[in-house]
Amino acid sequence: MLTIRIIPCLDVRSGRVVKGVRFQNLRDMGDPATLAAAQEAAGADELVVLDITATDEARGTRLETVRSVRAAIGIPLTIGGGVRAAEDVESLLEAGADKVAVNTAAILDPALITALAARFGAQCVVASIDCRSDPAAASGFTVVSHAGKVNAGLDLAEWAARVEALGAGEIVLTSWNNDGTGGGYDLDAIRRVRARVNLPVIASGGAATAGHFIDAARAGADALLAATVFHERPETIGDTKRALAQAGVPIRL
Amino acid sequence: MTGRGPASQRVTIIETGVGNTASVVAAFARLGIAAERANGPASIRNASAVVLPGVGAFGPGLAALRGGGLDSAIIDRVRAGSPLLAICLGLQMLCASSDESPGATGLSVLPAAVARFGLPASLRLPHMGWNTVSGDGPIVRPGHAYFAHSFRVSTEGVEPPEGWSIATTEYGGGFIAAVERGPVVACQFHPELSGSWGLGLLARWARTAGLEATCTIPAGEAC
Repeated sequence: MLTIRIIPCLDVRSGRVVKGVRFQNLRDMGDPATLAAAQEAAGADELVVLDITATDEARGTRLETVRSVRAAIGIPLTIGGGVRAAEDVESLLEAGADKVAVNTAAILDPALITALAARFGAQCVVASIDCRSDPAAASGFTVVSHAGKVNAGLDLAEWAARVEALGAGEIVLTSWNNDGTGGGYDLDAIRRVRARVNLPVIASGGAATAGHFIDAARAGADALLAATVFHERPETIGDTKRALAQAGVPIRL
Repeated sequence: MTGRGPASQRVTIIETGVGNTASVVAAFARLGIAAERANGPASIRNASAVVLPGVGAFGPGLAALRGGGLDSAIIDRVRAGSPLLAICLGLQMLCASSDESPGATGLSVLPAAVARFGLPASLRLPHMGWNTVSGDGPIVRPGHAYFAHSFRVSTEGVEPPEGWSIATTEYGGGFIAAVERGPVVACQFHPELSGSWGLGLLARWARTAGLEATCTIPAGEAC
């Protein structure tokens, strides 16, 4: 049976894992490769490395971090942050990434998703969608870009359906209302996207307790991403997976 | 990353131009087994152990193999029973045809047609993530493997070819997760991304070419 994936996300800046509420007040959390290895050992199904300053500082993801994390883990590795063109993807794959997440660049140029999927395969292209609740949007959520700073003027459900049609292989859905709050995933946003696409959906933003993961799986998420809760204690990954299994969610233990 | 010493002491990975060959190299490095990348027919024929990784589409993948003169080198390795590990699209290219690229002819060493998953709406596409592998071949053992694909060989109406053993996975019906015959192994999943279970598989396969892993794999997986 296909299992629900638990995916730690390492927010990396200048080669170090950092932690911050909505990317403010960043705190050093250690070496990415060391933390990644501990997370695989604790049961991580996959890993995401997000270079959280890449878009703003326009410098691309640090390939050295990718190489060191790749050498340390034997599970799938997705890299996000500042991916703008096929050349970025090529160098990331060469360094050891298996998938890339595109966000702002795809909003500015949706054809990028199609071009990347045609060249590297749909399984390589993860559409990263950041959303914020917005009563004026048809689905109740609007898409935001540039690390949450810009309202992209797109309805969440419409954009999700569009990235599927454009050829993405997966969606990472981050709620900017909930991210960093520890108040749980945005279940309504998950349901809205789930209702419109058949792609795997990775829920992101707000997870702190085992109950949050269980709720998101029941809302239709295929994979559950979290950062802070898995940085501080990688063992939490195993605890979370056991709690999910106990709740009847299919899990790889 | 390139291995030193004679070709008999390392794994040769066919360089396809796209895809995650770096992950395959890294997996062997974790086992303490050197790996090199190559794309010439002679190096593929003479190598002691060859990996045919596969990411991308069926038609273009085969065109690249034929353009490089690698098709017959791969077919000969299968026929001769020389160590070969085909991964994901690698398995599909060993088949006869695929819905992904109608009209394109596969290497046809496996008499099977690759088709898109025909799924109820409740199942996602691509089939992405960890699923259960059932089988008890000498190299592919039961466990959880990482998959990322939209096309597969259905088990419906398929008889295992003579001498091959088959491992299967369920996703809206059964499909071929892996086939093996001696040192020739083809998997739909990605052993290089399947954690310690995948490392165990890679180590058992490399041993068929006399390459011994030097590491200890956690979680009770035998090297």
